[in-house]
Amino acid sequence: MLNLANVRYRYPGAPRDALTDVSISIGPGEFHAVLGPNGSGKTTLVRIALGALAPLVGRADVNGRSASQWSRRDLARQVGVVPQREDNLFPQRVRETVLLGRYPYLSLWGGERPEDHAAVDRALAACDAADLADRWVWTLSGGEYQRVRVARALAQTPSFLVLDEPGISLDLRHEMTLFELIRGLVDAQRLGVLMITHDLNLAARFADSLLLLRDGRPVASGAPADVLTQENVEAVFSWPVAMQTIDDRPQMIPLRQRPRPDHPTPSS
Amino acid sequence: MKWAVLCIVAVLALVASVVLGPAAVPLGELLRSDIVWNLRAPRAVLAFLVGGSLGVAGAGLQALVRNPLADPFLLGLSGGAGLGAVLAIALHLPGPWVLPIAAFVGALAALVLVYRLGLVGGATLDPRILLLGGVAVGAFAAAITTAIVALADAAELRNAFLWLWGGLSTASWNAVLVVALYAPLPLAVLLAASRPLDLLALGEESAGYLGADVESVKRRVYLAASLLTAVAVAVSGVIGFVGLIVPHLARLTWGHRHRALLPAAFIGGGALLAIADTLARTAVAPRELPVGVVTALIGVPVFAFLLRRWTIA
Repeated sequence: MLNLANVRYRYPGAPRDALTDVSISIGPGEFHAVLGPNGSGKTTLVRIALGALAPLVGRADVNGRSASQWSRRDLARQVGVVPQREDNLFPQRVRETVLLGRYPYLSLWGGERPEDHAAVDRALAACDAADLADRWVWTLSGGEYQRVRVARALAQTPSFLVLDEPGISLDLRHEMTLFELIRGLVDAQRLGVLMITHDLNLAARFADSLLLLRDGRPVASGAPADVLTQENVEAVFSWPVAMQTIDDRPQMIPLRQRPRPDHPTPSS
Repeated sequence: MKWAVLCIVAVLALVASVVLGPAAVPLGELLRSDIVWNLRAPRAVLAFLVGGSLGVAGAGLQALVRNPLADPFLLGLSGGAGLGAVLAIALHLPGPWVLPIAAFVGALAALVLVYRLGLVGGATLDPRILLLGGVAVGAFAAAITTAIVALADAAELRNAFLWLWGGLSTASWNAVLVVALYAPLPLAVLLAASRPLDLLALGEESAGYLGADVESVKRRVYLAASLLTAVAVAVSGVIGFVGLIVPHLARLTWGHRHRALLPAAFIGGGALLAIADTLARTAVAPRELPVGVVTALIGVPVFAFLLRRWTIA
């Protein structure tokens, strides 16, 4: 279980809390998405879940042990992370970068073992990236690059996957491919997934549970139909929207900005 | 194969630096010659050890400060070492080892100062501030050095000035012994950090999520690379560009994985400095060039080429 219970956090010297009374609990085979405007505390939540920050109040546990108590190495065997940004200082081939995911299993002086290369092959295959293995990373398209980074996290053979805005700057097909891939991993490998995303509609389509944050406070959490309501979205994002339903999931359509008596104005 | 070629080049470089020199030693008397045993052989071995140490220190620092064009002497150590040496000369401190010891102490003082500057808020080591702090500390030390040189006797200036440009003319078996006993520990520390250094190329955040203890790795790499540079500067002055260019050339052949890169940088750096020192001794014989001049003359064009290649890629 990846577990946050009643977490409060404030950055040193900050005037207000970055997170207040936030709880989320992710088990195997569950896909949770965290939504909210910029600065609503999504990234802080991930840092606390990964033990990079310790909550001032409440608990953050990974498999029953406080997240900040894990050694980086042991935690990397439990949780694979796809951060929002990263850059490669040196040119690298896809297989090499995925092999970095085996670091938490390698001994100090020993080389990579056959099982490490097998894990890399499995991860590449699971991400439909086996044919990319010998390409240079810098020649990949945005969508291919994200699949490779997911493969690197899978090479850690984790129980949980944490993704920070994985679909950003991807076109329609690549973004859908990525979400289908994540959903498939959740169902096939019983991975627990925590994803930060700005894409309310894809989150509602693919995730089992949503957590909607505003100013570090949970506005709603639970099944997509209960969280992604017109009322909640308009309140959190200060913009008028209309709602539809596809595949029994709520879908949000932003409306043009014109004065309507029954909607709050964006500037309010 | 490429390892074999590298090792053959290294052996040839060592043989050449023992055979070649201003004094003609007949080949048949090489093994019995005093010049060979007491001058050329220790000098060749010392050049190899210093060049290798600079190569490894440079490779580690480039990964640490996330800049492939970083040189170990960018971190202010050369300024500190120069100040220490010039201070020792100006104060007429006696003893055969006073210059290297003073340079080593100066380098260590600069190391501590830069390290303190790099520890932002006392908790995390910021490589960018490390680099800027190194430049600042180096400039400050250079200013004081220049002030001392300006006030000291003219006769002593030449010594200090030539020393700053690097040279192995004071090489002895004792110096070889000191480096051979001192260098293995920081070298082993850097070699043990090979895999975390690979991860650091992705950025500190990603490296941490992949299981590296980033803060500890940064400190170990900085301290080990600086201690290697400090001993190099103590026994041979400031020899620029070896620590910059050797890791680059090694990366072209061995890739960026530090488990292969660091040993290749050691052997390659050793071979390069042995060759450069042979050139320094023989090019204008019977006079001798500071070896730092030779490495700079070779290094700057290579650097310009690499810079161009890097900015295009």
